Parts: sequence; C-alpha cells; structure tokens
Amino acid sequence: MMSKKILIPLHENDVAPRFDLATEVLIVTGIGKAGSGDKRMVVLPRASADQLCHLAITEGVQTVICSGIEDDYYQYLTWKRIEVIDSVIGSSEAALERFVEGTLKPGEIL
Amino acid sequence: MKKVFGHNANVPVKGSIRVVAGRRGAALPYINNLFKVSIDFFELLDEIAIGVAVLSMDRKIVAMNQTLNALIGFNQKEVFGIACAHILRSDVCLQNCPALSLNEKSSPKCIEGNLINMDRQLIPIRITSTALKDIDGNMVGFVETVEDISLIRKLDETTRHAYKFNNIIGRSPEMEKIFQILPSLAQSDSSVLITGETGTGKDMVAETIHHSSNRAKGPFVKINCGALPETLLESELFGHRKGSFTGAIENKPGRFQQAHNGTLYLTEIGDLPLSLQVKLLTFLDDKEVFPLGSVKGFIADVRIIAATHRNLEQRVNDNRFRKDLLYRLNVIRLHLPPLRDRQGDIQLLIDHFLNTLSTQLGKKKLSLSRKALKILLNYHYPGNVRELRNIVEYAVNICGDQQIKPKHLPSYLLEADQIDVVDIAQERPSSYVLKSEGIGFTGTKTHQDWPDIEKRMIMEALIKAGGRKNRTAASLGWARSTLWRKMKKYAIC
Repeated sequence: MMSKKILIPLHENDVAPRFDLATEVLIVTGIGKAGSGDKRMVVLPRASADQLCHLAITEGVQTVICSGIEDDYYQYLTWKRIEVIDSVIGSSEAALERFVEGTLKPGEIL
Repeated sequence: MKKVFGHNANVPVKGSIRVVAGRRGAALPYINNLFKVSIDFFELLDEIAIGVAVLSMDRKIVAMNQTLNALIGFNQKEVFGIACAHILRSDVCLQNCPALSLNEKSSPKCIEGNLINMDRQLIPIRITSTALKDIDGNMVGFVETVEDISLIRKLDETTRHAYKFNNIIGRSPEMEKIFQILPSLAQSDSSVLITGETGTGKDMVAETIHHSSNRAKGPFVKINCGALPETLLESELFGHRKGSFTGAIENKPGRFQQAHNGTLYLTEIGDLPLSLQVKLLTFLDDKEVFPLGSVKGFIADVRIIAATHRNLEQRVNDNRFRKDLLYRLNVIRLHLPPLRDRQGDIQLLIDHFLNTLSTQLGKKKLSLSRKALKILLNYHYPGNVRELRNIVEYAVNICGDQQIKPKHLPSYLLEADQIDVVDIAQERPSSYVLKSEGIGFTGTKTHQDWPDIEKRMIMEALIKAGGRKNRTAASLGWARSTLWRKMKKYAIC
C-alpha cells in the first residue's frame, strides 16, 4: 500500500492546519520501510489551494497528507486519483512515520 | 503529543472558578462556593449555546464545550493540550490570532473569519477572544467564543439581493416600482420604450428584460441609432444584397436578421433619421425586413426595445420624430428616474461600487470618511449612476489609504456650487447650510481640506458683512467669540 510520492502542506514542522493557507510543502519521494526518502521543501509565493492541487498533479504525487481541506479540493484530488489523508494533526515527521507503518488514518491526532 | 489537562487544586474562593480534584478522575475542574454544592465546569460549559474554548497561555486547548465540538467535529476528549490553531483550523488563528495581541488590560477582541470542519465544510465564524486572569489580575490563559455566522451571511446575501434585479441596484420607491413591473414586462413580447437621462441604466434594463424573457437563449443585438450616418445605418439595420450599391461585394445580414428569435435593442432611437423611421414602422407592422437591393423580404421574429434620453413628444412636435412610430414603440414605456430623485440609492450604490471596484482593482476593502460621504450624498449627479461609478472608481484608484477622504475625490465635486451642505456633525458643532445662508464659494481654487473651506467661508462672510464681525458671526450661525477664535486660528485678524 506504499505510495511513492507524498505531499504534506506544512506549518512550521507540523502538518498545516489548513491546506488552502499553507505556503510551504514537503514533498517526499521514494520513502520506504526504513523511513528514508528524498525530501524536498517547496515554498509557494502565496497560499492557494488551487496552486497546491496543481503542484500535486504536476509533481505526480500519489498521496496528500493534510489537515483541514475543503471538500471541493478533496473531491478534485481524489478524482485525480490522489489519495488524501486529511484531518491529520501532528508533526510532519510523525505523520510520515505512521504513513510508512501503514497506520495513518484520516482524523488521526499524533 | 502529550495531552495536558493542566489543572491544579487551588484554594476555593467564593464565586470563582477553581479547579479541584474531581469525581471524573485525578483533575477535573469544579466551580466551588457559587452554590452550596460544587458545579462541574465542563457541564456548565456544555450548557452554553455558542462554542467556547479555554486556552492556556501557549494557546493550547484546556477546555472546550460540546457546541464547539459539534461545529468543528473533533472528538472532545482528544483535543486537550493541542494547539488551538490545529483544532479550530481557522484562517483567523493562522493569520491574525486575536489572543496574541491580548494582555491583562485588553478588552475582548472580535474577528470574523472561517474554519474548515471535519466534514470539510468552510464555515464562516466570529471569534471573540478574551484574556483569562487569576484573582491577582495576572493573565493565565484565554477564553475564545466561536460563533457560526453562516446564517447571518446568508441573510445578508438575501437582504442584498432584495435591492437587486439582475445587475440593477436600488431600494428607492421609484426603483421598487420598476423592479415590480420588470418580471411581467419581460414575459410579454411587446415593444418597450425606455426613457431616462444619460447614465440612468437604460442599456442595463434592456439587457435585463432580454435575459429575463423567453428570448434569453436568443441573441441580444444592440445598435446605436445616433452613431452611424443614415446610409450606413440602413445597411446595418436591414442588411443589403450583393451589388446593391458600390462596395456591396457580398450579401450582408442586417441587425434584424441577426436578432432573429431574440431582442433588438435600438439605443438613441430619438436620433434615428426620418427615412429609417418609416422602414422601422413598416417592420413593426409587418414583422418583415427588406435588405437594401432585395425584393425578397425576411420575416424576423424580433422583439424591439428602444431607448432614448431625448423627449420624444417634443421631437414629434418639432417634426423630427414620427408620431405613428412613437405610438408603436410606446406600447410599454419605462421611465428610469435620475439618481438625484432616487432617495437612499446613492449610499447603496456607493457601497456596491466600493465593494466591487475594490475587488476588481485588487485593493483592500475601502471605506468612506464622513466628509467624503457627505460630499457624495449632496452632489446632484448630472451623469447619474454612470457618473457615480466613475467617481468611486477614480477615488478607489487614487486612494492609497484604507479610507477615502475628500482629497481622493475628483476636484470638481468640491467646487462651490456643488457643495450644498457642510455639516460635519459632532466634529463641527458650528455647522450650517451654506446655500441657505446665501454664502457660496466663488473662488476658482479647489479646496479639499476643512480648514481651507472654513477659512474661505469666514472670509466670504466678512466681505459680505462689510467687515462687521457681529453680522459675520450671525450669518455664520456662530457666537462672536467663536468667530474671533477661528479668525485668530486662521490668522484673518
């Protein structure tokens, strides 16, 4: 069930409370059981849910881990075959760890 | 993440909330000494009908009631010790947290924003944040109330639309009458004649009639009868056949043909040449158009809406407009009132244009100063709504602050004969009506600040009174001492 590319909108080191208000995103590629993957930080010129969706699609992201996301964007990403694990509260590290373990679920407070 | 309740047993004080060892576990909050028995603080919170959250100094959730829980959707028991921003998921928390600016002496801060709940819905909210203090007045945390204002927003929307018919805005009795007849008028297929001064919205009303009618799916074709020379206009209106005149290299359908199954809007109908008035008359009778050089007619199913700012009856008397055409067009007549006669609409339109133009021009939401508003409300708008829109657009463009002041308005608005009333209420206790006092500004210089206007006012009054201060003070409606003080202030002595 492991996805290859993950996108996490960030607020400091945590999963950003709002998908549409995040200006930083963490893109993790090739994450494996060991947890080591290629991590890349992208800083956006301004907060925009549309831009984030576009980024997720152009980057070929397979999973988005986020907190609050509007239904329109959730449905859009799902329609684009991107798995969205939303309402996740906690640090991005902890979220990645749980994702690698395969135990991360929507609404999880880490 | 560690979940912290953070309550310690304290010495109970009469009438205050104290946290003591509770029945639910090691540390549950109770209110002691308010009643004979202790009250569960959480249960009390749950009885409150608006969302309440108690936060620690580092803005982590200490307590939250069921109303807030129902609004955001998180499990009430799981949120303790978690930063408020992660639970509320509000733009207010992330961009303009009210708690950050609170101290012991601050009054409650109220900010509107939105949150995304667990159902992924964006909900408009109003957050009120208050500092929570101990008995010595030291800040120990915050109390936040969160109100769902989606109903208020919906109501605002409905109220706004109550003054609107498509894009036409107004709440004056004159406009209400028009709003009432427009829907039924749109459903009929009769010709409509719209009259009114320039800038009153004739084109907008014509389009609204079309879009509200059964012909809405058909074309809306507009032609300005005053914009083209007679020969060109005939070809434009009725079309021509190839070779019918020099330069007619191919068949051209006229506007009547283009408007087939739709609406043809003839603006400035008062300027239509007499020869074409006959052709239009024929069409209105037979519903058939004959392109130039063609013997074969075209039956056009077209509704005619005509508009003019001219007095057609006067033009009939001057033999410049055919009486029979007037009668045929005048099936339904709609007269749009000038803006100066639309009581209360100026303010409404100013607000509307301010909102839309600020957004369009990428500016922050702007407001009008009282002086600027007064000037706009007292102007007589010969160019009507179009002029008002242009004035607001000018001000929005020029204004670099958050508030539009008189200096941001076009200078002609501030010239003598435009200012009827200078009444700045409490700011200017010595207010009076300029025109009724017979005092007008005669200078040519444009003055934009109150001190300048006031100084000139005093000068003019002094001249008029022949330098006699008693008379000057009386004409200005001031006491002699006030006049003396102001003369000294402006160095007119």
